[in-house]
Amino acid sequence: MSTQRRHLLELAPLSAHEITELLDLAESFQDISQRRIKKVPALRGMTVVLLFLEASTRTRTSFELAAKRLSADTLSIAGGTSSVVKGETLLDTARNLAAMSPDIIVLRHKHSGAPHLLARSLDASIVNAGDGGHEHPTQGLLDALTIRQHKKRIAGLKVAIIGDIAHSRVARSGIAALSKLGADVWVCGPPTMMPPGVESLGCRATFDRTTAVRNADVVMMLRIQKERMTEELFPSDREYSQRYGLDSGVLALARPDALVMHPGPINRGVELAPEVADGPASIILDQVANGIAVRMAVLYHCAGGGGGEA
Amino acid sequence: MTVAPNRRLVLDETAVRRTVHRLAHEILERAGPLETLALVGIRTRGLPLARRIAEVLLAAQALGGRRVPVGALDIALYRDDAFDGGSRVAVGASHLPFDVADRTIVLVDDVLYTGRTIRAALDALMDFGRPRRIKLAVLVDRGHRELPIQPDYVGQVLSTEPGQSVKVHLPEVDGGEAPDAVYLLDAPERGR
Repeated sequence: MSTQRRHLLELAPLSAHEITELLDLAESFQDISQRRIKKVPALRGMTVVLLFLEASTRTRTSFELAAKRLSADTLSIAGGTSSVVKGETLLDTARNLAAMSPDIIVLRHKHSGAPHLLARSLDASIVNAGDGGHEHPTQGLLDALTIRQHKKRIAGLKVAIIGDIAHSRVARSGIAALSKLGADVWVCGPPTMMPPGVESLGCRATFDRTTAVRNADVVMMLRIQKERMTEELFPSDREYSQRYGLDSGVLALARPDALVMHPGPINRGVELAPEVADGPASIILDQVANGIAVRMAVLYHCAGGGGGEA
Repeated sequence: MTVAPNRRLVLDETAVRRTVHRLAHEILERAGPLETLALVGIRTRGLPLARRIAEVLLAAQALGGRRVPVGALDIALYRDDAFDGGSRVAVGASHLPFDVADRTIVLVDDVLYTGRTIRAALDALMDFGRPRRIKLAVLVDRGHRELPIQPDYVGQVLSTEPGQSVKVHLPEVDGGEAPDAVYLLDAPERGR
């Protein structure tokens, strides 16, 4: 009778069917956030630990709200306040938490593979909320859900992902989800920000913004993550903006009904011009709203609910 | 290898139609003011039944040509056995296209058994607001209640054993060419 522990560590190994099931589940959670009483008892009595050892406001609050709307008890531990600053290792921190018997640990960590380490070592289900430059699976799912809801499909769409591809876990999870669902994914950025062999992830690559944006159905702009760069990868914000930013002139190359996305927070005037960020093509706030539904679905799934078997 | 269990037809297409018709007329007579009435079908098979009852009420000119609103309620997130393993159910969306406050709600389901589904449905409904009153209509009451829940409108009372199960076939949900039918199977309930 024992239910096998379920994790969500990355999207890359999931099948199109598994991703679609999570998106469908998320869709059925959406109406809960529209009700007067925004809460269902599905995870009542379960404990969700939000272990965020790297700065994050929106992902953490989105997970926290998702857990609370499912009636789980949440415990939030942020990098600056934990014993990590006293030199405790990740595994020691996690083992101490595990001794308090949480059902699910949501981990944000600056090192790739940290969630996998916890999944191997602990009894709790582990959800990756972003590990270094590796993956950010719930972001990939919410991006796919937002596109599916606006375009009614994903297969056959041209999706351009533009920015710092090398440092972006958002890009990796996005490529994984969208390419499996049949989208024609293009990644674009300056040569210093493009990892060699990126095509092996299931996308096409170009250094030329025009090639990426032309006839695109979706343009996904990535945030310039200065905190993640160890060296200067481009001369100035201004030059980056001129060659890789998205303003209304560049957006005109895309299809007339193209959507503009951004994982937030936006560097206004750097990767995204204000008129585009606030324009009619922008679905950035839909992404935020869908984030809660997707995280509810992921927590519910990891707790053992949903899924077609039996 | 699974052997097809022994199954007996309890209600055929005509009997199901007649039963839905009678349920609708009992609701019409006893549910109070029709202006504030709404039907809420419990997914999956309660929903088509609620829609059919609404059709009968419309044909009977219950609201002078207007429709009694029909909502869909999914109770997967309110079940008391969601994570017990084995019986995983898909989660669907609830959709109530009306304000439940001060309404008379008639909950509609296909089979009433332990009463746990109805307990979950009551909790789910309350999270949408505070109805004036909630009534329960079921196509089949097969007994063996585990909670103090009783229906207000019953299509058919069926005497069953705990090891048996009742299978309702409705084309809207179950697809195929086969018409409406209710079967009694000599096999335990799955996923409920």
